[in-house]
Amino acid sequence: MTESSRDTGTLRVKTGLAEMLKGGVIMDVVNAEQAKIAEDAGAVAVMSLERVPADIRAAGGVARMADPTRVEEIVGSVSIPVMAKCRIGHFVEAQILQSLGVDYIDESEVLSPADEEHHVNKWDFNVPFVCGCRNLGEALRRIAEGASMVRTKGEPGTGNVVEAVRHIRSVTDEIAWLKGLRSEQLFAAAKDLQAPYDLVKWVADNGRLPVVNFSAGGIATPADAALMMQLGCDGVFVGSGIFKSGDPAKRAKAIVEATTHYEDAEIIAKVSRNLGEAMVGINISDIPDAERMQERGW
Amino acid sequence: MRIGVLALQGAFREHIMMLEALDVTAVAVRLPEQLGDLNGLIIPGGESTAIGKLMETYEFYEPIKQQHGAGMAVWGTCAGAILVAREVLDAVPGQRSLELMDIVVRRNAFGRQVDSFEADLSLAHLGEDYRGVFIRAPWIESVGDGVEVLGEHEGVAIAARQGQLLATVFHPELTGDPRVHRYFIEHVVSS
Repeated sequence: MTESSRDTGTLRVKTGLAEMLKGGVIMDVVNAEQAKIAEDAGAVAVMSLERVPADIRAAGGVARMADPTRVEEIVGSVSIPVMAKCRIGHFVEAQILQSLGVDYIDESEVLSPADEEHHVNKWDFNVPFVCGCRNLGEALRRIAEGASMVRTKGEPGTGNVVEAVRHIRSVTDEIAWLKGLRSEQLFAAAKDLQAPYDLVKWVADNGRLPVVNFSAGGIATPADAALMMQLGCDGVFVGSGIFKSGDPAKRAKAIVEATTHYEDAEIIAKVSRNLGEAMVGINISDIPDAERMQERGW
Repeated sequence: MRIGVLALQGAFREHIMMLEALDVTAVAVRLPEQLGDLNGLIIPGGESTAIGKLMETYEFYEPIKQQHGAGMAVWGTCAGAILVAREVLDAVPGQRSLELMDIVVRRNAFGRQVDSFEADLSLAHLGEDYRGVFIRAPWIESVGDGVEVLGEHEGVAIAARQGQLLATVFHPELTGDPRVHRYFIEHVVSS
């Protein structure tokens, strides 16, 4: 075996894993038992966390990367890809997660930011990164920093899909706007979006983001997942929505099926029956501005 | 010619784009009744456990076997190669495959994502300098008598053919190189 015959950590290999996750559901889990339930339900990957966002919100204080023992326990318990979250800008947490063998790092606003100006330089890593965005400019800034997958942020831990909808609509509307511009207008568009011109030009030419875009932050039901898919997301993250509900295994499987058959209302109706209690939701207007996680990220 | 791409989860859109670029009618298959009039079926890369569970819930196993018996060619890429194999090593307990092709496949054999890689491959019938993209890829550990190994990397089989069955553990849908898709259409489907 000659190691030199392998090129690892290439952009195509990093974006390629995200391509393989498309049409799937990535589920937040806090231990091996939950990870197995997620895998059995048909999750395409799990996100290992110390606490789900709803509990982070309830606990307050500083939220950090999970304990490495916890992450390793989850890595060892399932055969599907394992993701883990580091704080925005905390490149040492990212280095630790890479050393633990996680398959994707989420530089996430769900945790307390470690840097209020800079995100991690994700080109420095072999492991791929996913980052949150609320609009096209934010998505392209993260991609410029090396993110090989993005997700619209929504408002984590609320069980309320309204912010997720707002964010995917922003991204798709701005892509449609770029497509209609003349070439000389793209320079000013790049300035307005606060994003690199080359990426803005690529999006205008191709009519889509250069990487896979999932939806996150507030998805609690099969119908929520199908809504995000119909609005143009490539797949969904479900955080608190599964393990804060009455029957996690059943709800997880139902959300997986609704994500695949997102245009088939009869199937979505069938899988939505008798799922037990959904997580208790929070109205966005009841959350003080300072506690809105989506505002984190620059 | 109509080629279906199993569209339960994974990189099915990329396969459909490759087929359309070769002027083949491509059908996204989400329910078994869509298998009826297909000349071939591609099972794409994705998560083999997720695709397999959806195949179970929506009762795809027997109809795919029946259609294959009636002349439908089947090509599995990465997760798809796992799903067409006779035997899967390092499978999740209870994980089912179609048991169509006489190959033994080991899941995630090349390692986790940090070990995912690209490499130049030499493939039988297809030529040199084929850029292979391997993502948490399985490998083909052994093959039966009637199976032709089409390529190896680091001494293990990474592509194989048996009559109207094709398996590749890398991702021909991600590179834009149409050689494997053309081979499937011209030689595996039309054999």
